Amino acid sequence: MLIIDILTVILLLAGAVFFLAGTVGLLRFPDIYTRLHALTKADNAGLGLVIAGLALQVESWFVVAKLLLIWLLVLLASASVAHLIAKTARQKGIKPWTK
Amino acid sequence: MSHYYLYTLVGIGLFSLGFYTLIVHKHLLRKILAINIMGSGVFLVLVALAGRIQGASSDPVPQAMVITGIVVAVSATALALALFVRVRTKTGGVELPEHSLS
Amino acid sequence: MDEISFLLLLFDSLLGLSLLWLAWQALSSPDLFRAIVLFIAYGLLMALVWIRLDAVDVALAEAAIGSGLTGALLLATLARLETKNSNQLSVNKQQVINKSVNNPILFWLILMILILVLVTGLIYAVLTLPENIAGLGGIVAENLNISGVTNPVTAVLLNFRSYDTLLEMSVLLLVLIAVWSLGGIPKQQQLFPGPVLNLLIKLLVPILIIVSGYFLWAGADAHGGAFQAGAILGAAGVLLLLTGWRLSGSFMGLALRSMLILGLGVFIVTGVILIILDGQFLEYPVSHSGLLILLIEVVATLSIGITLAALFLGGRPVDRRRK
Repeated sequence: MLIIDILTVILLLAGAVFFLAGTVGLLRFPDIYTRLHALTKADNAGLGLVIAGLALQVESWFVVAKLLLIWLLVLLASASVAHLIAKTARQKGIKPWTK
Repeated sequence: MSHYYLYTLVGIGLFSLGFYTLIVHKHLLRKILAINIMGSGVFLVLVALAGRIQGASSDPVPQAMVITGIVVAVSATALALALFVRVRTKTGGVELPEHSLS
Repeated sequence: MDEISFLLLLFDSLLGLSLLWLAWQALSSPDLFRAIVLFIAYGLLMALVWIRLDAVDVALAEAAIGSGLTGALLLATLARLETKNSNQLSVNKQQVINKSVNNPILFWLILMILILVLVTGLIYAVLTLPENIAGLGGIVAENLNISGVTNPVTAVLLNFRSYDTLLEMSVLLLVLIAVWSLGGIPKQQQLFPGPVLNLLIKLLVPILIIVSGYFLWAGADAHGGAFQAGAILGAAGVLLLLTGWRLSGSFMGLALRSMLILGLGVFIVTGVILIILDGQFLEYPVSHSGLLILLIEVVATLSIGITLAALFLGGRPVDRRRK
């Protein structure tokens, strides 16, 4: 039981690091496209780690399936929304950042 | 101080922020936002105060009332927005026309 | 104070402060689009607060209705404003009242005194409330076994205080009638959904319908219920409307209208039949209360979902066959 608890803590902390990285990217990156990239990629990985950490704690497989379903739905939604925002930005004529 | 009182105070703060904005801003969309935030402040006070009662598990009656309130709030918002679009098409402005008191 | 409760207090304070900060930003940001997006974020944080207050049903309603659908309505209205005259950017400029007031100093003085009195009065009223009262939780828990469901919030909504829910359904219907009476659907720009949005909607709409059914069914003994289920159904409708999907003309007339009044209609008919059988309006017989609640919840979910989607459309759909 103890090992599972330690593993959960490690996974949750790793997830939090990804969320933090995604948020720092959102605040610090120069334009909308790089910000979207940082936010969706890092947050999806972070949420995956958090879900994995939580899945270790639940007793029934049904709840694990529900947690996984939540992750898949967020993946689907965030990927599509990132695409839509980027597409709208392109249509409005926002140029990608170049150094 | 338990967290119930903390959230009660937050609810009062939200209500006052919304009230201030409702008076100060002229843009009708901003007023609609302000009324929504005032409403959620009231809901927060209602549920948080019910939680302060010792021993009892969370009281379902205020919760049910707040769910009812949330649905009524979205209905009122929809009506207000429809009226706002109407004001916009009739007058071309985004605020209520001034009526002079003198 | 042990460590866990200290951490929780820290978390509560952070959550409360971010809530206030987000509300202030949403109310004062000069850009209306930004204000609305911040308002949606505010609603999601509010859902977290409900979880902290042990009000999971309220959290679901807040996330789906207070944040999601209200946000969609606000954004749709903003989009309509901008298509009407896209060259006039002054729409988004902050307009504060003090320029039109004759005596600005007096105005601000009175306003500040008013707000100060309001805040101190509210805080005083809250802090002097009696602490040792029983509340209604005990009474609800005692009578839960005759309500027909085991989720106390559903029991209150659909049984003990079903008047509230009945009137709430009438408010929804009344608002839709009022919105429809204000005119037809405003003209909107051509929609180009694109393959990604189309795929998303093809995947999401069936899932949303299943989730809505799940919430409806789970609402009897776990968190969920007719309003959350109806809101999710409404969200599926909003997604479909966003891709340019419209009801075909043959469903516009009687079929749509009867779906809209179905929830309220079944509710009232049930109440009237109970008067005839039992002498009391909406007082369910104990043996059948679970079944009656389920029946009312199913039709209420359908009507709420369709009403919310219709409200998003912002006007009366035109019945093409009549022309």
